[in-house]
Parts: sequence; structure tokens; C-alpha cells
Amino acid sequence: MTKQTKILDEVTIRFAGDSGDGMQLTGSQFTNTTALLGNDLSTLPDYPAEIRAPAGTVYGVSGFQIHFGSKEISTPGDTCDVLVAMNPAALKVNLRSLRNGGIIVANKDGFNDKNLKLAGYDKSPLDDGSLERFQVHAVDITKLTTLAIQDLGLSTKHIERSKNIFALGIMYWMYSRPMESTINWIKEKFQKTPEIVEANIRVLKAGYAFGETTEIFLARYEVEPADLQPGRYRSITGNEAVAWGLLAASVKSGLDLFLGSYPITPASEILHELSHHKNFRVKTFQAEDEIAGIASAIGASYGGAIGVTTTSGPGLALKTEAMGLAVMLELPLVIVDVQRGGPSTGLPTKTEQADLFQAVHGRNSEAPIPVLAACTPAGCFDMAYEAVRIATKYMTPVILLTDGYIANGAEPWVIPKVESLPNIPVHFRTEATDFQPYSRDEKTLARPWAIPGTPGLEHRIGGLEKEHITGNISYDPENHEFMVKLRQEKVDRIADDIPIAQVDGDENGDLLVVGWGGTYGAIRTAVESKRKKGKSVSHLHLKYVNPFQKNVGEILKNFKQILVPELNLGQLAQLLQAKYLVPVIQLNKVQGLPFRAVEIENKIDEILK
Amino acid sequence: MIKHVDKYAAKNFQTDQDVRWCPGCGDYSILAQVQRVLPELNIPKHNFVFISGIGCSSRFPYYMDTYGFHGIHGRAAAIASGLKVARPDLSIWVATGDGDGMSIGGNHFIHICRRNIDVKILLFNNQIYGLTKGQYSPTSEFGKITKSSPQGVPDHPFNPLLLALGAEASFVARGLDREPKLLQQIIRRAAEHKGTAFLEVYQNCNVFNDGAFVKFTEKETKDDNVVILEHSKPMVFGKEKDKGIKLEGFTPVVVSLKDGKHSVNDLIVHNEKDTMLSFILARMSNFPELPRPVGVVYAVERPRYEDVVTQQINDSIQKQGEGDLEKLLNHGETWKIG
Ligand code: SF4
Repeated sequence: MTKQTKILDEVTIRFAGDSGDGMQLTGSQFTNTTALLGNDLSTLPDYPAEIRAPAGTVYGVSGFQIHFGSKEISTPGDTCDVLVAMNPAALKVNLRSLRNGGIIVANKDGFNDKNLKLAGYDKSPLDDGSLERFQVHAVDITKLTTLAIQDLGLSTKHIERSKNIFALGIMYWMYSRPMESTINWIKEKFQKTPEIVEANIRVLKAGYAFGETTEIFLARYEVEPADLQPGRYRSITGNEAVAWGLLAASVKSGLDLFLGSYPITPASEILHELSHHKNFRVKTFQAEDEIAGIASAIGASYGGAIGVTTTSGPGLALKTEAMGLAVMLELPLVIVDVQRGGPSTGLPTKTEQADLFQAVHGRNSEAPIPVLAACTPAGCFDMAYEAVRIATKYMTPVILLTDGYIANGAEPWVIPKVESLPNIPVHFRTEATDFQPYSRDEKTLARPWAIPGTPGLEHRIGGLEKEHITGNISYDPENHEFMVKLRQEKVDRIADDIPIAQVDGDENGDLLVVGWGGTYGAIRTAVESKRKKGKSVSHLHLKYVNPFQKNVGEILKNFKQILVPELNLGQLAQLLQAKYLVPVIQLNKVQGLPFRAVEIENKIDEILK
Repeated sequence: MIKHVDKYAAKNFQTDQDVRWCPGCGDYSILAQVQRVLPELNIPKHNFVFISGIGCSSRFPYYMDTYGFHGIHGRAAAIASGLKVARPDLSIWVATGDGDGMSIGGNHFIHICRRNIDVKILLFNNQIYGLTKGQYSPTSEFGKITKSSPQGVPDHPFNPLLLALGAEASFVARGLDREPKLLQQIIRRAAEHKGTAFLEVYQNCNVFNDGAFVKFTEKETKDDNVVILEHSKPMVFGKEKDKGIKLEGFTPVVVSLKDGKHSVNDLIVHNEKDTMLSFILARMSNFPELPRPVGVVYAVERPRYEDVVTQQINDSIQKQGEGDLEKLLNHGETWKIG
């Protein structure tokens, strides 16, 4: 039977099932295959908050979304075109992200009475007509999986566990993807158990064949390769990229990397990742609490390592006093805050951008700290690297903000050439003549980094106010004011040492959409789509939030109106208004979810109508 | 140019800063004893680091002509941990007090002990808050009248030795500010110990808690109230060396060596490596009728955190080779476009 093949320029698929159903694995296999085909893509996993939620419940649903296309893809997708639902709970939780007319592939066997009840359905939604707006394909996935491998003598548990691979096979057929990459992966992954290899390959092929031969599916689709920058690619998540950016900076600067960190969602993966790379001489210290995380990192920086601490919002709050100490000591330090929903414990597994004020202002007294923000998963690499460069050059703590959305999200990344990474020159003071711990570099205002073990440089530092140059304790009123201004000046001068801001789109016009951090993809998609329709709208995305890049004020003046979408109640909006005295229109969302591009598009329409 | 000093004297460790403790404060003696011991350790001066938190005791680094780090309240042990792990070559000392180390910094204190990071911790225990002018501390005795406890302290105090032992510190000792020779000996032992060394020093705060330890320091009373611990020696004390400590079950009791019923053979023989005994000795300070043990209570060797970390790094390099960034970025699944 020949089926019709349609060409699409983008597709979003969401795999959803019980946490035990292997949805993350299914999603990442689909992603790898799709990347190899040369599509641009963006992915987002969606884990349940509970570690071992009861099977079949809505709390236990685990999802993985992939958005891929032949055009530029900047977000994991607003709504999905296909929902693969392994049980009723997965359907219930994810239905609202499926577009009208979208495809549902449901594992019919998973819709038994017990599971329906657990998900809170009285009747099966597959039969009661409630899914009329969608194209529903109910497939006996469990049964078909069992049929394919029952002669291999595997336990029911093993058979059950392979059903996600059947679903993957269907999707490979539906989107015309080759199975090789997954087959190779299965062979490698289960090489010790040939019967599992055999089973998984058979199930994958059975799923594919099912799509091809049965009459349920009338159409299949193709998505052509995207026009991507040539190079060698890999997929990378934001947390991995932070870890690797730090490692790269350690290699390039010649400084040992020390991470003092206390486990916290959604930042822990950075600690995990770095703890696996001890051959880079990185030392990971799993501290007793958040405060010890940063305090140990400060101790390591004092000793001549690059001290790093990683955390999320509540942890950043605990580190506040020590950040002030680092400001006073003028030692390099990198603090990574992977933002999550708050306040307090808030929504640990959900994303938000509401720690901007905390990062910029959240310390006692005048304690300026440069604040950087990564915009995309892969962009975390560059910003982590940049954080180390600034911290060591200016002898200052630096805060890097990322968020749960880009930390867990993944995208293809052109692997940089190591030799093309900028140098990070570091100088330890060794000359004892005329040594003064708080003397300064004329240009950067950085003080010397004089590490213990250096003969003749014995000196004392601490949290008490310092006398200019000597670093001796000083209660002198004029000296204090002078030092407060000097520390501010040092951070302000960083603006001279960072690339100027670039506008996406025209340099002037009716509307400028200004964002920062993880909203990049959604804003970019929205602005691009409106520009294609002839609207006079441009996009400015800030990676430096303290200090702002030098030309930001100029850029703002070139537009009639300014829109600032943020996942908070308007923190960047307030900073921009305070600094540049320009009126801005806010678009705020605090649902623990990223923006959908369409939400920003609607706001643009409303403003430019 | 500072000349390299091969042989140091105490004065090489003194800074030009005016010492700002109250006249008569026990801190002066501790400073002097440390400055006396350091020159004997054969460690270059530039390899010493003194780290402190906040409190009277925490001014200590300013008076030591070594590297010094006056941190924030309670965090000295955490700062020192990071420094020692990053730089195992340094000799790192923490100066802390009963408020700084046992109250706000209690968590870091127990964790450095359990990890056995090679940091020497000098706890200046004056059983009061000095710098904030006289509130009770976590080691102040129950019922004590202080500025913040007009009707008496309602909390039960910490026993610092027990806390350290409970956290499985590998070296636990007690000294007295007024016994300089003995204090020097203990400081030397702490310095030589491989691992976290915890030294509680009874320190008189003559302004806010004067005389807290007189019983153990005054000529007339000290011999009958202090038992000096010496490894492998029976626990004899008293002006006339006529008293001893014997165990009845797990309970230490004082016996007379003159009453004809007991001899030195009945007494506990001190063993620094005996874990059970260390708890019994530490616990003795909860009983006023018993003499106070002073000296090295416990000293054993176990792996140091920083050595394990170094070992893991060496193992990883052995197995995976020296870190190669190009290889890391390109490992696993990659694909080429164009
Ligand atoms: S207040 Fe007490 S502890 Fe502090 S310096 Fe004065 S005497 Fe010493």
C-alpha cells in the first residue's frame, strides 16, 4: 500500500508516559536520529516532581518534547503536533499542549480500568468522543510488543519495558527517520545481554512496520534538513554546557577548577558532570550546606584556584553574606544560579526568571557584582567561560544566571575549536618589593592575586573595610566612601570590556522587544514571525545585566516603543526604566512555564495594531 | 625584598598591628604560645595560613605575620576546607570561639571533623560572647546569669570535646591559657597530627566572664581539679600526686592512693587511641566533682579528605589520561553538517 507523504518545515512531538515507561530515552533517541538527519531542533524534558510517584497517576507522568524542522528552531515548541501517550494520565496531563487537529498515538492497552481511574477518567477518552478535535490512533502497543518478542523467553517485566521502543518505531516511520542510529545504540547499550538487543531491535522494527502496513495511518511526513552552519555538532543541555564552559576556562587559564556545591534542583547536574571529569584536576566538594559551598569556593580562590559554586534561588539567598565577603576580599569567584520557581521552595522543577533582583541587588550594603545571563542551552558554555574571564581579570565574584528551562533543555551545538577560545591570562603576584594587597591595576582596578605559599607576600585580608592600597583595617569615613565607590567603579568598567549589544532586525523602528536569559528562543521566534509579516519590530537580548552593555541606552532610544517580556513581574523592566528613564511595556508570566512564542506574538500585535 | 628566613623566632610571626584584646585577656597567652611553637615546625612562614570567623578570637590572624584571612561569622572551617582541598601544601589553622565555632559555625565544625581535612582548629572557649558584650554562648553553663539571660541560661551547653568526638574528629585535645608550657606541647601535637586537629583552650574573658576557669588555673586549686593526660600513663593527679581516676563499669571515679585500698595499678591508663575512653574522658567535664582532663584526649590516624581527593584525581588521570578538552567536547554522539 502506498501512502501519501507530506513535506513539513517543522514538527513538535511530545512523548509522554509513566516515569517508568522510558519516555526520556525514547525522546533522546528520536532527537539523536533527527540531529543526524541535519534538522535544527530543540528539546525539553518534563520530569515529574516526585521521585517515585505511584505508577499511572498524573503526578508520575514524564514527558519529552522535541521540536525539529528544516528552518531555524529556537524553542522546544509552543504546542505539539503529535502526542504519544502511553497511559490515560499522560494523555490527561499533556492534552492541553496538543494543537487542534493534532495527532494522538495512544497505547490502548494502557487505558485499562485501573489506569483510567488513577487518572480520574470515568470513561475512556479514547471512546467517548471527547477527543474529536484530534486525530486519534489507539494502538495495542503492549500487545503488539509482546507478540513481537514472546518467543525470546523474556519476563513480562522486560517485555513491558520495551513498549516505548515500539512507539519510537511508529514515530520513525511517521516522520521518515532511519532506524540505524537507534539500532547501533541498542547494540552497544545492551551488549552484555544479546537477548535484550534482539528484543529491542525486533520491537523497533515491529513499530516501524506497523506504521507502514496497517491502515490506521494514512499519511507520513518528511522534514528536510535545515540550513545549518557547517561544522561538527553535538547535542548539549544548559547544565552540561555550564560544566564544560567552566572546564574549558580552567584549561585555558591554567587554573585548577574548584566547585563547592550543595545539591539542589535544578542545578545538581553541574555538580554531577564536573565530578566525572577529575582527570581535568577539577575538585568537586559536595559541601554540608549552601554556605559551605560558597565559603569553600572562596577559600579555594584565595589559594589560587578558580572557585565556583552552583545553586538555585533559595541557595543563592543562603550565599548572600559570603557573596558580600567575596566583594570585599576582591577575589575571583563564579556563582551559578539556575533559577526555578519561587519564592521559598516554590516550584523546584519549574522555570522562572525572578532571581534577577536578587542577583543584582540582593546583598547588604553596596556590594556590586557583575551579573551575566545565558540565553540558550548551548549559550551556557560561552557565558560560563565569560564569567571566569571577568572574575579573574577583575578580581571579582561574578553571578551567572541560567534557568531550569535552558538547564534541562538541549539543542545542537557547533563544537568550538579549543584554539579559537579566547585566552584567559592570569597573573599571580610574586614580586615582594612594594607589595600592597589593595593596590590596583590602573585600567581594570583589579587588586593583585597574591596566593598563600608565595614568599614575602604574607598579608591579611578579611571582611572588615580596607584601607585603600594597604588593605589594613580602616574605620575612616572618607576611606569607606572612597572604597565603596571604587568597588562600584571597578564593576562599571567591565562595560568597556564586553562586546556591544546587537539588535536582531532593524536598528530602529516601531517596537523593540527586549529580553534577557532563557526567553531568547520564544522572543526570537515571535519577532521573526512578525517581521516576516512586515511588522516593524526588532529584538534585543541581553546577556549582560550588570553592568549593561554600553550601547543599550542608545538602542532603546531608536524605537518608538519597548516591550519587555519576562518570567517575573517586571524586574528587567524596572532596571531598564531606572537606568535609562524610558517607558517600557511589560509582558509578564509566572506560571513556572516558559513563554510560548504565540503569547509574545499576540502582545506584539496588540501593541502594533 | 624580604630575606628568606631559615630559622625563625617567635618574633618573626608577630605583625606590626596593635593587639586590640582587653588587657589581661586569655587570648594573649594563646597567641604567644602559637608564635612560640610555629618556628619549631620547619615549615616556611609563607606556607602558614590563619583563618578566622567573627568574635574576639577571630582577630587572631591580624596578629600573625603569616597569610591571614578574617572571614565571616562561623564560616572559617568551611573557608579553610576549600583552601586545604585546593592547596594541600599549606599549613592551615583556624582560630575560632565558642560562639563562632559551636553556634553559628557548628555545622561546618562537625563536617570538617568527619571529613578529616588537615586543618588545625583552635577553639578559644571563654563560655561567653565577648565581642557583642556579654550574652551567653552555647558553652555557657546552665542557669548562668548574663546580659541576655537575667533569669539564668535556659539551654543546656555543648561539650566541645564530645561534639568533636561525636563528629569523629581524629585529634581532640584540651589546653589552658594559663598553662603555657602544656599549651605549647599540645599545639605542637596538633600541628604534627595528620588530619583535623581540634584543640579546645579554656580562655579567660576577664571582662565578661572573669574567673570561669579559676579552679583549673589557680595555684591553690588546680592540682586537685585538673588531671593531665599522658599517653600510657596512669591517671594520677592532686597536689601530692595522691589521687587517681579509676573506672567502675563505664563510670570514672576518684580514688585516694593513700587510703590503702587503691594503688596506681587500679587507675585508668591513658590511651589516646581508645575511642571508648575518649568519650568517657570528654564526658568528665559534665561532672563538677571530677577533675578536668587536660592534654591530648584522642589521636588516631585515618585517611584525610584531601589525600583521597588527590588520589581520585590521580586515578582518573591514570585511567582516562590527562584531561583533553578537544576530546571531551567531541566525545560521544556527534555529527557533521556541510
Ligand atoms: S571581651 Fe573578653 S574575650 Fe574579648 S578581648 Fe576582652 S577579655 Fe578577651
